[in-house]
Amino acid sequence: MRKFIIESGVVLPLDRANVDTDFIIPKQFLKSIKRSGFGVNLFDEHRYLDKGEPDADNSNRPINPDFVLNQSRYADSSILLAKDNFGCGSSREHAPWALDDYGFRAILAPSYADIFFNNCFKNGLLPIVLERDIIFQLFDEVENSTGYQLSIDLASQKITKPGGAVIGFEVDQFRKNCLLNGLDDIGLTLEDAEEIRQFEDSWRKSSPWYFTQTTT
Amino acid sequence: MTAKTLYDKIWDAHLVKQRDDGTSLIYIDRHLIHEVTSPQAFEGLRLAGRKPWRADANFATPDHNIPTTSDERRQGLEGIKDPVSKIQVTTLGDNCKEFDIFELDMNDSRQGIVHVVGPEQGATLPGMTIVCGDSHTSTHGALGALAHGIGTSEVEHVMATQCLMQKKMKNMQVRVDGQLKTGVTAKDVVLAIIGKIGTAGGTGYTIEFAGEVIRTLSIEGRMTVCNMAIEAGARAGLIAVDETTIEYIKGRPFAPSGALWSLAAASWRGLISDVDAPFDQTVVLDGAEIEPQVTWGTSPEMVASINGIIPDPAKESDETRRGSIEQALDYMGLAGGTAIQEIQLDCVFIGSCTNSRIEDLREAASIVEGKQVAESVELAMVVPGSGLVKQQAEEEGLDKIFIKAGLEWREPGCSMCLAMNADQLGDGKHCASTSNRNFEGRQGFGGRTHLVSPAMAAAAAIHGHFVDVRELL
Repeated sequence: MRKFIIESGVVLPLDRANVDTDFIIPKQFLKSIKRSGFGVNLFDEHRYLDKGEPDADNSNRPINPDFVLNQSRYADSSILLAKDNFGCGSSREHAPWALDDYGFRAILAPSYADIFFNNCFKNGLLPIVLERDIIFQLFDEVENSTGYQLSIDLASQKITKPGGAVIGFEVDQFRKNCLLNGLDDIGLTLEDAEEIRQFEDSWRKSSPWYFTQTTT
Repeated sequence: MTAKTLYDKIWDAHLVKQRDDGTSLIYIDRHLIHEVTSPQAFEGLRLAGRKPWRADANFATPDHNIPTTSDERRQGLEGIKDPVSKIQVTTLGDNCKEFDIFELDMNDSRQGIVHVVGPEQGATLPGMTIVCGDSHTSTHGALGALAHGIGTSEVEHVMATQCLMQKKMKNMQVRVDGQLKTGVTAKDVVLAIIGKIGTAGGTGYTIEFAGEVIRTLSIEGRMTVCNMAIEAGARAGLIAVDETTIEYIKGRPFAPSGALWSLAAASWRGLISDVDAPFDQTVVLDGAEIEPQVTWGTSPEMVASINGIIPDPAKESDETRRGSIEQALDYMGLAGGTAIQEIQLDCVFIGSCTNSRIEDLREAASIVEGKQVAESVELAMVVPGSGLVKQQAEEEGLDKIFIKAGLEWREPGCSMCLAMNADQLGDGKHCASTSNRNFEGRQGFGGRTHLVSPAMAAAAAIHGHFVDVRELL
């Protein structure tokens, strides 16, 4: 997994609560058997004026000029500012894959849906929870200042504003360590293979009905 | 000993190891697989040279991309017109063969939506931990299993290690007391719950559904309720085991039998929350007050009773909520203050992992029997949840009732719930749907979804707009 240490970048404000994963990446793009290439279809139904199709050429599609992602002041943004319950709905990891592939490295929101939140960490993407008041103030500041940037330092758990003001944030220590060091979850778990085997043996003895074969 | 909730009990029984910060390794008993969220996970295993930890814990069936017309299905894989969909379904089959995983392929008579097929086959058992790369895995909690959706990285993690790395959730109890009125169903109950606590109300919690109303629901009704726990923000919904649960499981293909059955059933009877178990939050609804529900917006919490009206955003004081209502009404092409019964429909979809089981189909058939779908309704379709549900319905003659009334009778799959196959709702069209999500574009680009029970969808098909199904009974 890619490490996350410090990210400094332009902030893109998505002023909408309950952004669901169908909004982030519509279902037709889930037919891909790959993990990459979803960035051009991030927020597809709002970013373009027509219906997108997988494997199609997106370069000539009509752009929705009103959608925030298409506004030049937010070009090359890498930090997404969002509202409550971001990433609700389906468990599709294609949502963080699309955000990552587009170039986002971190998200700031008052709250997230559980599965999406979890999926972000598996992909080197940092979802940060901040108080609602702080998020709303950031929306004001971003909209009133072209090229507004933030700098996020994971090790010290601090976000630095353009004027130097600092916002602290909480993060799960285990996940923080995985992000800082780019650790592979499966590799970590397999270090405990012996304990898993012991658990399994005793579980099989006490609850053998969970070990019937699915081979008929 | 401390009193425990059902969730506490299943969690504790599966805890392999807990780190100092609370991050835990949890053993997974059953992993369900479909074609959309698994290919990248199988590829990950291949690249790392790994094998499934326990191949027999996995159970696969394709559902999301599967065509639902008989013509297409007769042709097998060749019947999948979309080449990208076809690759995905083929890839699932190839991966299951390569890694020795049990699959009910698209031509198997038992194939269907994974959350319908799992319980039907007895692959879902009380007290299990069950995961799948699909958020509606919460469905299986109806049988007293701890079941939730995961992303593709975790699909790979479970296959490789038989475990998940997790932190324990908090406990919420949603109690529905009293009795439901005639014509009010499990779907109305869960929509009313979501309307009350909101789509983020259950975030961070496992919800245990309890109370007299839940106890008197059939297992299929309980599956409808647990299915939509995720729409209330909770990854997992649970219902305590009782004799209804045990009866449902007995004799199913993957359920234990003989001496093992008696031991298992005895153990499962303990899968209930202790009387004085502490819940971090408790929500109570009165079953008698729940009316048939209809969603009017683009989030399942945007719901009203059949005799209600669509809210006026101008009367909403919270700025974020007002913005959400305005965005939703703009997308839905509806005005605040409109009566729910005035919403005109172009399409009716009866199906999905929420409502495609035999009782759902019986409920819908009883409403349309001897009547005709309204002329203004362009498409009304019934998509059974599995091959076995379809077979049962045909034995009971339900297919004939639907066809005679003007509804299409299809082959099993996810179909227009998320429209990954050819079954898509048209741009700007309103659909009465028994599915679980009314998000923008969910059932098709520009499509406008209204979530309802099978009985309400059937009544809407006949009248061309929403009506109170209780007046038809």
